[in-house]
Amino acid sequence: MLSDWGHVGFLLLLALVFPVGGIASSWMLGLLKIRPQAPDPIKEDIFECGVETEGTAWVQFNFRYYYYALLFVIFDVEAVFLYPWAVSLDEASVTGFIAVVTFIVILTIGLAYAWRKKALEWL
Amino acid sequence: MSYEEVIFYFVAAVTVLGALGVVLTRNVVHSALFLILALLAVAGVFILLSAEFLAIVQILIYGGAVTILILFVMMLTRVRDMPQALDGPQRPFAALAAGAFLVLSVLAALSSDWPGETREITVVPFREMGEALFRDWAVPFEVASLVLLVALIGAIVLARGEEGE
Repeated sequence: MLSDWGHVGFLLLLALVFPVGGIASSWMLGLLKIRPQAPDPIKEDIFECGVETEGTAWVQFNFRYYYYALLFVIFDVEAVFLYPWAVSLDEASVTGFIAVVTFIVILTIGLAYAWRKKALEWL
Repeated sequence: MSYEEVIFYFVAAVTVLGALGVVLTRNVVHSALFLILALLAVAGVFILLSAEFLAIVQILIYGGAVTILILFVMMLTRVRDMPQALDGPQRPFAALAAGAFLVLSVLAALSSDWPGETREITVVPFREMGEALFRDWAVPFEVASLVLLVALIGAIVLARGEEGE
């Protein structure tokens, strides 16, 4: 059972090696003078194209975006409960189906309330 | 040393390093990112204990939702413009409280009766847990959804109140 997680570990390793390898090989080739190094103010800009950035990225956002975070947390908890249901669909049978549908309907009331109260509107 | 032990020590080391990063870095956003690292490593410990559901909860709820909330709070408030919020005259009291908590935790860890080594791990399969959750314990499960609903509506009402509509 634990060995099944070896696949996950392998993917995790790959996900680590891929970006780190790119940065490290670029740095190594720079040290060995194989990679040309010609810094340019435009090249070192955050975005090479598009609108020039102004000020810092750390500005105060509107307080109302907090609703999205709250809704996300609630529905994240809902999603966690759906995983064991999806796996045990056969064993849980109709009873389980009704239980989960009731669970989702109760939470949908919350979503409808948030919608009604205009908590989902983008500013 | 078995390969499980190697993985455990690696994951434990990552957890401790992440936790140290949370408290040692001066940038609160970096702190939050280190927190994600520490929480994900704890999920690895859960996987080693064959508690798969707990691991998924740890990744989705703690690593995902809770840290997102923390990052949102940083976006919504101007933490960087208020260094006094991170450091202030309360520093010695904070150090005292943290030190006392550390002593308490170490004492608790030393005085507790650890169950010791075991040859087998009790594995609760996902499907068995689903069965228990949706058949035997269906009512508490529905109550959980009501609690979530109350939390959601309560949060919206509270946030609205501050806004003054």
